[in-house]
Amino acid sequence: MRRASYWSWLWLILGSLYFALPLLATFQFSLLAKKGEIGLTAYASVFRDSGFASSFAFSFQTALATIVISALLIVPTTYWVHLRLPELRPLIEFLTLLPFVVPAVVLVFGLSRSYNRTPLTNSHGGLHLLLIAAYVVLSFPYMYRAVDTGLRAINVRALTEAAQSLGARWPTILFRVIFPNVFVALLSGAFVTFAIVMGEFTIAALLAQPAFGPYINLLSSSKVYEPSALAVVSFALTWASIGLLQWLSRGVGQNQPGGPR
Amino acid sequence: MAQTAPTDRNVRQASGLAPVAWRPSWAWLGVLPFFAFIGAFLIWPAAEIVVLSFLDGRGQPTLQNVRDLGQPFIVTSYLYTIELSAVTALLGGLAGFLLAYAVTSAGMPRWIRAAVLSFAGVASNFAGIPLAFAFIATLGQLGLVTQGLRYVGISIYPTFSLYSFWGLALTYIYFQIPLMVLIMAPALDGLRREWREAAESLGASPWQYWRRVGLPILLPSLLGTMVLLFGNAFGAHATAFALTGGGSQASVVTILIGAQLSSDAFSNPGLGNALALGMIVIMALTITLYTWLQRLAERWLQR
Repeated sequence: MRRASYWSWLWLILGSLYFALPLLATFQFSLLAKKGEIGLTAYASVFRDSGFASSFAFSFQTALATIVISALLIVPTTYWVHLRLPELRPLIEFLTLLPFVVPAVVLVFGLSRSYNRTPLTNSHGGLHLLLIAAYVVLSFPYMYRAVDTGLRAINVRALTEAAQSLGARWPTILFRVIFPNVFVALLSGAFVTFAIVMGEFTIAALLAQPAFGPYINLLSSSKVYEPSALAVVSFALTWASIGLLQWLSRGVGQNQPGGPR
Repeated sequence: MAQTAPTDRNVRQASGLAPVAWRPSWAWLGVLPFFAFIGAFLIWPAAEIVVLSFLDGRGQPTLQNVRDLGQPFIVTSYLYTIELSAVTALLGGLAGFLLAYAVTSAGMPRWIRAAVLSFAGVASNFAGIPLAFAFIATLGQLGLVTQGLRYVGISIYPTFSLYSFWGLALTYIYFQIPLMVLIMAPALDGLRREWREAAESLGASPWQYWRRVGLPILLPSLLGTMVLLFGNAFGAHATAFALTGGGSQASVVTILIGAQLSSDAFSNPGLGNALALGMIVIMALTITLYTWLQRLAERWLQR
C-alpha cells in the first residue's frame, strides 16, 4: 500500500489547527469568568439565568413542533409521489430545494410583508406560528431528501398492496406501515432540523421571538464570558444531534449539509 | 369488500394499468397539503417581494425601487457582499479541496478520513452566532491567538481586525471548508484508480496526471461546489450580524434587509423589496449555474 504524501499530512495538520483553535479558544475563554482561576463560573451563571431556561425551552418546543409538522407534510407527500405520481418528483425536488435559493433573511422579510396585519403577525401566538412555519420551510430540503432516500430503500408498492389486501385503510397504511418503515430516515432529517432550529438566529430575531439564538446574542451585549459558555453549549448540542444523525444514517445515504448562517 | 378487492386488483394488474390511473383527480389531492403549505409560506411571500418591487406606495407600477438600488450605499453593500462571498468561496473552496484531497489520498488511515468527514458534517452546521463568538475568543482583542502572538512579540491589532473584511472572511471560511470537503470527498473518490495507473504507465508524472486528467475531470464539480459556497456566504446573516453588531457600519446585504424589517427609521418598503429581489436574483443565478455544472460533473463521476 502506498503511503500518504507529506503534502497530505501538511494540509491535514493545517486544517485541524484552523478548526480546533476557535473551539479551544471558546472553551478556554468560557473558563475564565472568575478572575485568577479556571473554573465553571460562567456555566453556573448561565444555567442559573432564567432567560436561559425559558429561551432554551422555547426553541426546544419550536424544534419539536417543526419536526412534527414537517414530517406530517413530507412523509405522506413523498409516499404518494412514489406510489401514484412519480411524474411530480422533479417538481417536488425543485420546490424542496427553493429554501436554499431564498435566504432566511429574505424569507422572513417576505413572510412578514405578506402576513402584515393578519393574526399571524399582530399577536404573540401568531408570530410563533409564523416562526414555526418558516422553520418547516427551512427543514424541507433535509426532510425530503432523508424521507425520499428512506422510501427508495423499501418496496412502497408491495407494502401498500400487502396492507390493502389485509383490509387496511389509508391512515392505517400511512401511520402503521409507512411511518415505521421510514422512521430511521425521518429521524436523521429530524436531527438536522433540530440542530438548525436550536441555533437559528435571523428569523427568530426578526420576528422578535424569545428563542435561544437571539438570547445568546442578547447576552453578549451585557456579559463577557457567558456568551462563550453558551457558544460551547450550542456547539455541543449541534455536535450531539449531528453525531446521532451520522450514527443513525450509516448506509442510509448522506444528508445535504448546511445550516443557519 | 374483502372478497371483491383481490379480483379487482388482479384485473388491474393484468391490464397493466396503474391502480388509480382512471381516476387521476383523486391522486392529486394527496399532495395538496404540501403544495398549499409551500405556496403559502414560501412561494407567495417570494412572489410578493418580486411584485412589490415594481409597485410604488399607491400600488402603481414603477421602476423607481429598482432604480433606487443604484444608491451608493446599496451598490457598495452589494459589491462588498459579492467580494466577501467570492473570496471565501475561492479560499474556502481551495482549502476544502486540499483537505478533501488529503483525507481521500491513498495511504491515509481510514479512521482519520472518517473523523474528518464526520467533523465536517458537524462543522458545516455550526450556527452563525456561536461561530462569531468562537472567533472573538480566538482572534478578538482578548482572543487566545491574539494574546499568544502578543506574548511572542507579534501584535496583529490594529493592522488586523476581526470586524473588518478579512476578519469576516476568516470566520466565513470556517463554514465554507466543511461544505467543500463534504461534497468534494465523494467526487475525489470517483476518480478511478485505473485512470491514474494508465497515466503513470504512459510515463506521466503526478503533476502531469493532475494537470491533464484529474483536474479536467474534477473541474465542473470543483467550480460547481465553489458556486454553491458563494451562495452559502451570500445568504449568511447571523455571523455577520454578530461580528458587526448589525449597526451603522452594516455592510452585508442581508444586514441591510434585516435592518429594513427591524427599524422603521429608514424604512422604505419598496426599497426593502427591491433589495430582497436583488438577493433572490443573485441566488437564483447561483443555483442555476450550480445545477448546470453539476450535470457536467456527473458525466464522468457517477455516484
